[in-house]
Amino acid sequence: MDLLTELAILVLSAFVGFEVISKVPNTLHTPLMSGTNAIHGIVLVGGLLVVSEVSGVLSKVLLVIAIAFGTINVIGGFLVTDRMLAMFKRKPEPVKEAVDQAETEDGK
Amino acid sequence: MTLATAWFRSPDFVNALYIVAFTLFIIGLRGLTGPNTAVRGNKIAAVGMVIAVVATLIGEGPSGIPVINSAEDAWLILLGLVIGTAVGIPAAVKVKMTAVPQMVALFNGVGGGAVALISWAEYRHALETGGNPELQVLIPILFAAIIGSVSFWGSNIAFGKLQEILPGRPIQLPGQQFINLALLLTAIGCAIAIATGSESEGLFIGILVSAALLGNLVVLPIGGADMPVVISLLNAFTGLSAAAAGIALGNTVLIVAGMIVGASGTILTNLMAVAMNRSVPAIIAGGFGGGGGAAAAAGDDHGDRTVRSTSAQDVAIQLAFARLVVIVPGYGMAVAQAQHAVKELTRVLEGKGVEVKFGIHPVAGRMPGHMNVLLAEADVPYDQLKEMDDINPEFPRTDVTLVIGANDVTNPAAKDSPDSPIYGMPILEVDQSAATVVLKRSMGAGFAGIDNPLFYDPKTSLLFGDAKESVSEITAEVQAL
Repeated sequence: MDLLTELAILVLSAFVGFEVISKVPNTLHTPLMSGTNAIHGIVLVGGLLVVSEVSGVLSKVLLVIAIAFGTINVIGGFLVTDRMLAMFKRKPEPVKEAVDQAETEDGK
Repeated sequence: MTLATAWFRSPDFVNALYIVAFTLFIIGLRGLTGPNTAVRGNKIAAVGMVIAVVATLIGEGPSGIPVINSAEDAWLILLGLVIGTAVGIPAAVKVKMTAVPQMVALFNGVGGGAVALISWAEYRHALETGGNPELQVLIPILFAAIIGSVSFWGSNIAFGKLQEILPGRPIQLPGQQFINLALLLTAIGCAIAIATGSESEGLFIGILVSAALLGNLVVLPIGGADMPVVISLLNAFTGLSAAAAGIALGNTVLIVAGMIVGASGTILTNLMAVAMNRSVPAIIAGGFGGGGGAAAAAGDDHGDRTVRSTSAQDVAIQLAFARLVVIVPGYGMAVAQAQHAVKELTRVLEGKGVEVKFGIHPVAGRMPGHMNVLLAEADVPYDQLKEMDDINPEFPRTDVTLVIGANDVTNPAAKDSPDSPIYGMPILEVDQSAATVVLKRSMGAGFAGIDNPLFYDPKTSLLFGDAKESVSEITAEVQAL
């Protein structure tokens, strides 16, 4: 791919990033940070791409570590985000009951 | 490759899969922006990642060699994937919700480390096969090496600080700014030397080492209160370094995913810095709190310096006869794992007809949204959690504000005292409420190391002890009423 095409992709991606992210409510910032963190685990792909190209023990070892690091980033990132988000389920019914009950008691 | 190349190995097919992958990343990220779609969004992004990895494995490297070219390479790839999985899954599944910020720092760090290692291996490969690559490949490699290395080491220090392996207060060397500048110039100097024609692995290692030291030294002097901003910034850095690696390797999915993270991390960093009334350059330039400014601010405070301590029973009476109670949680609640006890207290109070709301400061805890995550874990409904701008107008009609392990985000000095290092930071205006009860472990200063006049306010009383135990005692007393 030629450099200018790559730079065009780069610039457009930056704008997509800005647009998609700027609408997040405060409360989802931690999961969002964790989610974007998982996505930059895409560096794993970079490690995979060059393994077969390089030669020599040191280079191969560096890349095995890089692949391991990238995998930790991906798997850890998505799992932690999922755990966090699992807690964000709305549970409206019990709350409503509690409030209703509270109001009744308040009124008596 | 030969004519025998299977159709699914063709670069077109692989690139088409990459397009699917980054489309899923974007859809997933958009899902992450809403509480109802977030879980699915994260899963969609994860599917995108699987597709990107599979596409890469069946495709070819930048110079046309298949990614899995020999049994040996396949084993090496498998080894890396297995090690990563074996470390990543337990780390993610076992981490306590309170420790999530440092875990994010750690996952971020390994991502940066991976980029630095890839760029190193790629440069070694270039040297072995005919010297420096063309500049459009070389410059991104050098950039990725610097940023990746800074991100790896910086994140590790951030992890150490949040995990309290390293002291949270700023650690500063004499002449720190000059040392940092010298390290940055060394890294850039080595990069320029390589870019202008020197072919030396030594210079490349020089880049990695000076960037590593820079990452350490830049984060060490930053006080714990600023750490969320730093992690967010390093997250953006890792994204940018991944995008740079993508340009070096001519890989679209790396460029797109890396750059989107780079952009989002930058926005998040700015939002957080604005919420704390700090500028990103000021944070990077040096420590915060615990220094001369805080000491001076404390010294100026010549008023009434006594605090009123109270008992669980008194607090219970105050709360049970209130109409509106606002709970302001902070890191102390997270440390004490008190969120379930807090939920229970809320339930009991609501049973007594007390209206309970939560006032959540954007940077309470160690990260934006940290408190929301914990309270959501304890099944506190999302709608009951009020953001700063929504809850501040409520404080004047609040009977009792219960501050649980929060400090700096309630500090009225941010409004009243121009000398204070946090002057101008938006706070929860707890001092406006009719009475305030602060649950605190001890009289120590907050994470930023700044004295809090709220504690000496005549309307404030303090209940010392572990937040979880204190809350449970109060709950028991309320029930007994």
